[in-house]
Amino acid sequence: MNLPSPTLFLQLALCAYGFGVVASLLAMRWEKFANGIGFGSATVAAVFGIGAALTGLTSGPGNGGESFALWPSLIPYLQLTVKLDPLGAFFVLIVSVLALALSIYSFGYVRGFYGRKNVGVLAAFYNALLLATTLVFTASNAFFFLIAWEIMALTAYCLVSFEHEKPEARNAGVLYFIMSHVGTGCLILGFLLLFQAAGGQAPGDYGFETFRTLGDKLSPGRRDAAFLLFLFGFGIKAGIVPLHIWLPVAHPVAPSNISALLSGVLIKTGIYGLTRVLFDFMGTPPNWWGVTVLTIGTISAVLGVLYALMEHDLKRLLAYHSIENIGIILMGLGAALMFLHTHHPVLATLALIAGLYHTMNHAIFKALLFLGAGAVLHATHTRNMEEMGGLIKRMPTTAFCFLVGAVAISALPPLNGFVSEWLTYQALLQGFGTTDSLVRLMFPLSGAMLALTGALAAACFVKAFGITFLAQPRSDHAAQAHEVAPTMLAGMGLLTAACIFLGLFPTLFLKLFNPLTVQLLGQPLPGFLSEADGWVLGNTQEMGGTVSTLGIALMGICLLPVPLVLWLFFGRQTKVRIGPTWDCGLKGLTPQMEYTATGFSKPIRMIFKALFLPRREVQREYDYSPYFAKNLHFESHIEEAFVTRLYRPLNRGILRFSRRMRGLQAGSIQAYLIYIFITLLLLLMFAL
Amino acid sequence: MMFSVLAILLQTALLLALAPLVSGCIKNWKAKLQNRRGPRVWQPYFDLAKFLRKDMVISEHASWIFRVVPYVLFISTLLAGLMVPMVSVSAPLSLFGGALAFVGLLALGRFFLALGGLDPASAFGGMGSSREMTIAAVAEPALMLAIFTVAIAAHKSTNLSQMLIAAQGPTWKLLNPAHVLAFAALFIVLLAETGRIPIDNPATHLELTMIHEAMILEYSGRYLALVEWSASVKQLVLMALLANIFFPIGIATDSSAASLGLSLGWFLAKLLALAGAVVLVETTNAKLRLFRVPDLLSAAFILATLALLSTFLFQ
Repeated sequence: MNLPSPTLFLQLALCAYGFGVVASLLAMRWEKFANGIGFGSATVAAVFGIGAALTGLTSGPGNGGESFALWPSLIPYLQLTVKLDPLGAFFVLIVSVLALALSIYSFGYVRGFYGRKNVGVLAAFYNALLLATTLVFTASNAFFFLIAWEIMALTAYCLVSFEHEKPEARNAGVLYFIMSHVGTGCLILGFLLLFQAAGGQAPGDYGFETFRTLGDKLSPGRRDAAFLLFLFGFGIKAGIVPLHIWLPVAHPVAPSNISALLSGVLIKTGIYGLTRVLFDFMGTPPNWWGVTVLTIGTISAVLGVLYALMEHDLKRLLAYHSIENIGIILMGLGAALMFLHTHHPVLATLALIAGLYHTMNHAIFKALLFLGAGAVLHATHTRNMEEMGGLIKRMPTTAFCFLVGAVAISALPPLNGFVSEWLTYQALLQGFGTTDSLVRLMFPLSGAMLALTGALAAACFVKAFGITFLAQPRSDHAAQAHEVAPTMLAGMGLLTAACIFLGLFPTLFLKLFNPLTVQLLGQPLPGFLSEADGWVLGNTQEMGGTVSTLGIALMGICLLPVPLVLWLFFGRQTKVRIGPTWDCGLKGLTPQMEYTATGFSKPIRMIFKALFLPRREVQREYDYSPYFAKNLHFESHIEEAFVTRLYRPLNRGILRFSRRMRGLQAGSIQAYLIYIFITLLLLLMFAL
Repeated sequence: MMFSVLAILLQTALLLALAPLVSGCIKNWKAKLQNRRGPRVWQPYFDLAKFLRKDMVISEHASWIFRVVPYVLFISTLLAGLMVPMVSVSAPLSLFGGALAFVGLLALGRFFLALGGLDPASAFGGMGSSREMTIAAVAEPALMLAIFTVAIAAHKSTNLSQMLIAAQGPTWKLLNPAHVLAFAALFIVLLAETGRIPIDNPATHLELTMIHEAMILEYSGRYLALVEWSASVKQLVLMALLANIFFPIGIATDSSAASLGLSLGWFLAKLLALAGAVVLVETTNAKLRLFRVPDLLSAAFILATLALLSTFLFQ
């Protein structure tokens, strides 16, 4: 069968998103109609996007889409060219799969905004964001890439502060806006460096094709400067520590379908950018690049999960986990860079695939968890976990989907998080033999930190699921919660199925990586990843281990008769009685006696208190003895050290500097004219 | 690697049959060492049979999670056990996963058990879950680093059978500093993972000190049997891993009955020796305060780091 070309699919997808923007703005007055047409066209566009990505990735290396101009450009140097190459296609696949699930979810979710907020505007921004993100992944020209990048940042800003009547949404939006633009500034400088190295004359010198031929031609100093600028610029978007502070503030305040998109896809544009620049453009990297990326990844992973554990705001907790997972992805990319430096292309492929597989997985389970959190928020009207509980009986389907997401993100077999972390572990382990220097110790040590991250993530999701969904409801809101609309459940169900599919059938999915590794590393997918035994991943020679999640799952089912036989043999006559929980002989348990989210993470807070610097305040009121308090007031705060020690002083410094500079702007037109004149003069002197 | 149904069946049977015996031996010997008579060595079998015959009381607040937990725990522990070579060098499920899948499956069981602790709305369960997850998290880096150290010696393979084959090779020396240090680290992790003194006290029922017992407080009847059985299988599996990888004497490399029988004898001897070591540690130490436990586990982490460093230095 002859499938349409990926380019055609991509064009259809872009048109459908564009139509969604215009149509939902036109239909703004009729909110039900706007909901249907806005998210409907996004659903259609997502299906086309998946088609484009899959045909692009399966049509063999080098046969991706051809380059086409979106629009004839009227400005010199600016070419609006789009090309679906394998790397772009992989990320288009991520954004399209999420867009499909999120759009279906949104039909039901945005009904909560009826009569309160303008659904048409929300749908328009949603479509615009997806359109811009797809263009970021497919733009084949640095100028156009930056334009799409900015449209993406601005629409994301509008969506973060969509509920602008809340001050926290406004503040979060501004913080996001500032951080994002500092990052874009770095990117512009980085691309200008590449442009200059490419000749800096013809308009085509901005094209990715030209950059690709730069490779090792860049001078070392300029290459390192470009690396740092890109790492900083893309790092802000990805939310690496210590550039992450906007992320846990901005992601939770957006509507939940948007939070899922922000955490699932938007931060991945940073990963896309880094992969594009480091693996596609810059040639063989020096060792310290890989070391830096691996170190940043390790630190981000550990700190991200530690801060996540301290949260009892469900959506903030998930946002911090995004930092952790970006760290895990960067561990894969950093290891790949180090392997490239030491000329181990097969291992570099393994590490890169580990990172990119985790990118896909994180997008899916994080979006699933945010949608679950959105459903909970919808039903209980609170993000505070301490007011939830018992939701599994009131929202069984949501609870099941959230549980699958929680198991996946905790990297437990047999779901998808385990597969990609397993690949990362294997890559790190194999790295020990690639170099003779002491640098080799970094690999197992970051492997150990990855283990710590995984175990803490499991602890965190026991808390997140256990406190939110299990036991007794802790507030009236939670007690009166009810299951959400079927479309919302369908959106979550789709992602749940994706988690299970990517977990059980990694060998099928890994085949898609072949054109990608050919493009980036000139290396086909190693046989031990693409074939092995069909359903067993890896091998014992080149890779040092095998795993089969499908085998584990099937074997688990095969073992199920063991406990059942025991039961039939011994306990057929036993009865099951429903009784109260053991209450030590008191008058029965109340929800106040349950373990709280804060209590659950207390041991970890104590162990890592040097990092968290927790501040607590206890006030007792008593009549006779402090042991019989009448009233107890307890407060506990944790402030991120990065905010208090790094960003606040920086902020104060900038404010002080701008106060000094105020003298220059006295408001007199004559003075301004002189400034302009002097600037012009200087520029002319510089140019001539 | 032969995928053999018989091997799976035999190892499952061995795991299930042997695990209560090891627990019983530890209990009995510990009592003897403390000048008590103690329960019979076979007592855990009678306990399990009794639990299986008893009626169950399930908390009114519990959801389906509570009922699923014993099965998930039991099966994930068995699966992990099937990945560890015990009597023969090739573990029945070694194709399905090595050390990493083993750690992952144990973590899966722990994840669900901790949820089961939270489900009945009791503060004890929550306390137990919180502590269990904390201790597991602090133990994990030491465990992974020690596994990495052993894997590096086994030609960078995480496959447990491969590790064992490498351990039987000529390059493996018992008193190699890397192995001694890695063994020490893994032994501490073993104590933590199986809830032994000085980390947790399996004999206590004092609410404020217990960890594992607090989590399973609401379980009764056959669910309790499954949970207890899983705990002892987990203990057996971890001990088998330590015994076989660090003392690879006498493990059968072929599948003839004679060598398998001999190997079983060696295996039992090694297990009982390790159980004796656990008994000695339990009797001569007091339980640590909860916030001292991370110190012990960071010591394990440092030991594992030193093990890694010494593979770097002495190769």
